[in-house]
Amino acid sequence: MKQIVSFILNGNPVEAAVAPEHTLLETLRDGLGLTSPKCGCNHGDCGSCTVILDGEAVKSCLVLAMTVSGKRVETLEGITPREGLHPVQKAMHEMGAPQCGYCTPGMVMASVAYLRKNPAPDLEEVKEALSGNLCRCASYDKYANAVVAASRGEFGVMPKGGV
Amino acid sequence: MYSTVGKRMPRYDGVGHVTGRTIYVSDVRMPGMLVAKTLRCPYHRARIKSIDTSEAKRMPGVHAVITKDDVPHNLFAMVPDHHVLAEEITRYKGQNVAAVAAVSKEAALDALAKIRVDYEELEAVIDPEKALLPDAPQIRPEGNIHLFDGVSPVRRIRRGDVEKGFAEADFIVEGRYATPCQEHAPLEPCSTVAYLDESGKLVLHSKTQGLYFTLGDLANVFKLPMNKLKFVGNTIGGSFGSGNSVHTDHIAGLLALATGKPVRFALTREEEILFTTIRTPWVFTIKDGVRRDGKITARKMKVLHDCGAYTELGLYATEKNANLVAGANRIENLAVDSQMVYTNKMPSGSMRGFGVNIGQYAEQVHLDRVARACGVSPMAIRFINAFHEGDPAHVGNVLRAVSTIETLQGVADAAGVELEKMYRAMSSKDAAAAADRVLEEAGMALDGKEVPQ
Repeated sequence: MKQIVSFILNGNPVEAAVAPEHTLLETLRDGLGLTSPKCGCNHGDCGSCTVILDGEAVKSCLVLAMTVSGKRVETLEGITPREGLHPVQKAMHEMGAPQCGYCTPGMVMASVAYLRKNPAPDLEEVKEALSGNLCRCASYDKYANAVVAASRGEFGVMPKGGV
Repeated sequence: MYSTVGKRMPRYDGVGHVTGRTIYVSDVRMPGMLVAKTLRCPYHRARIKSIDTSEAKRMPGVHAVITKDDVPHNLFAMVPDHHVLAEEITRYKGQNVAAVAAVSKEAALDALAKIRVDYEELEAVIDPEKALLPDAPQIRPEGNIHLFDGVSPVRRIRRGDVEKGFAEADFIVEGRYATPCQEHAPLEPCSTVAYLDESGKLVLHSKTQGLYFTLGDLANVFKLPMNKLKFVGNTIGGSFGSGNSVHTDHIAGLLALATGKPVRFALTREEEILFTTIRTPWVFTIKDGVRRDGKITARKMKVLHDCGAYTELGLYATEKNANLVAGANRIENLAVDSQMVYTNKMPSGSMRGFGVNIGQYAEQVHLDRVARACGVSPMAIRFINAFHEGDPAHVGNVLRAVSTIETLQGVADAAGVELEKMYRAMSSKDAAAAADRVLEEAGMALDGKEVPQ
């Protein structure tokens, strides 16, 4: 039996009809029509479905949709400013990190969640923070360097907090 | 002078990637879209005695259940010997047997569970060397060993006289190198969305790497003229060669034709890893004759490519490998015997190098052993035997724009290896005589040194 789950998605209240076995990823993609959380493995291995749940980066394929009732969910759609790009997006774009781009939404979300907690990380800390996100094009160095550059303000002022 | 050459340019699609606005094949949705799932054979090899889909067809939410009898032309792939849906004999675990289109994933999976297949499990062969044995189960009607041009079980490359070359050698170095299966694992699993457009054209949003190649291939399967087929190539989340083979386009298209509705067929990660094309295993046996000074006087290579159950792209990989497997070396006396054998595993696809770099793995590891045998450095053995401008390749064509030596010099620099002066001074453009002089010097430099065993 499906039930209605209400939560805050990118600052807006939403409702979705979900079955007990539905994941947050399925609900975001197939129920609410978002495309930025990607499904690469559906087992929490690849990180391409990473979203921010009450301030924590989570793999949305491992979160049951019913458990997000009343919580705040942020996806890449919510991170992207109306005009221009978030500094992490700008850094990844201008430093040439995405190749096929399928891991990129997860990389941005994991990075943004991490930088809110540790705004001045070193390269090794960033690599550790992104270690749950696979990139089969192997652009890891570029992603990690972009996050460090963004944290240093090289791509604009980091917005405060979440939505 | 140039507006872009030599400058850093942002990717044309980079903003789409970092904002999540790029629409991949797996993001495409159509109104009223059905979900496709396939029933896969649970055995490495089996005979299908009967299939009963009547109960599955009656399940709620099911729009179509198809088997081989519903496929207009049941063969596909570059060498079209692969069945879209299994015929009487299944040849690898996970081969598609039947397909369902239903209103939801749950309805499709429930319907699959109601398809009754009566299998007789048959003896399978997985190991490519065992598949060559006379008492191995014969898994293909024409036998396990591929016949090149329909006649020869071996693809042969011959230059000079290998026996004479071995007689001139101071050392014989032999080695056997085997490689396992490898999955491409692009981050986006394979999927297709198929539908009939307002003009009755079958439209496929495809993850293929070769739109027109796949269009031609599947026009045969659907028995549709090409002007009734439209392929849309979205941005894809990696492929690495896996997209040169069809995994979902054929079945999604057939189900769209059968139901008249949009159909999405998406593989799970498990299906993609376990049941789609891979880099299949290879076995290389190499015997080199080498002089004390490092010059290879003769080389004999045996190559065995395990193609899996169907030819797919395996033959192309075997042929490309055979031409290039002896490496970027001048070898005057060469014999390459290449064979391709069928086994009960998923078929060989293309993967990053199409059989070429997998051969170079074996050849390069072997060269290090040759270097150790005659006591020259791993760098030196490669300079001593390197191709030069104008040399004939192993299959006889004259090589142009050769850069073996310059590449080696670049590798040495990158690896921080100090090169001896004579190798630093070499060039691929050196006349043959000059190269021979280097060889002589190298030989002289080795005189009086003890050769390690």
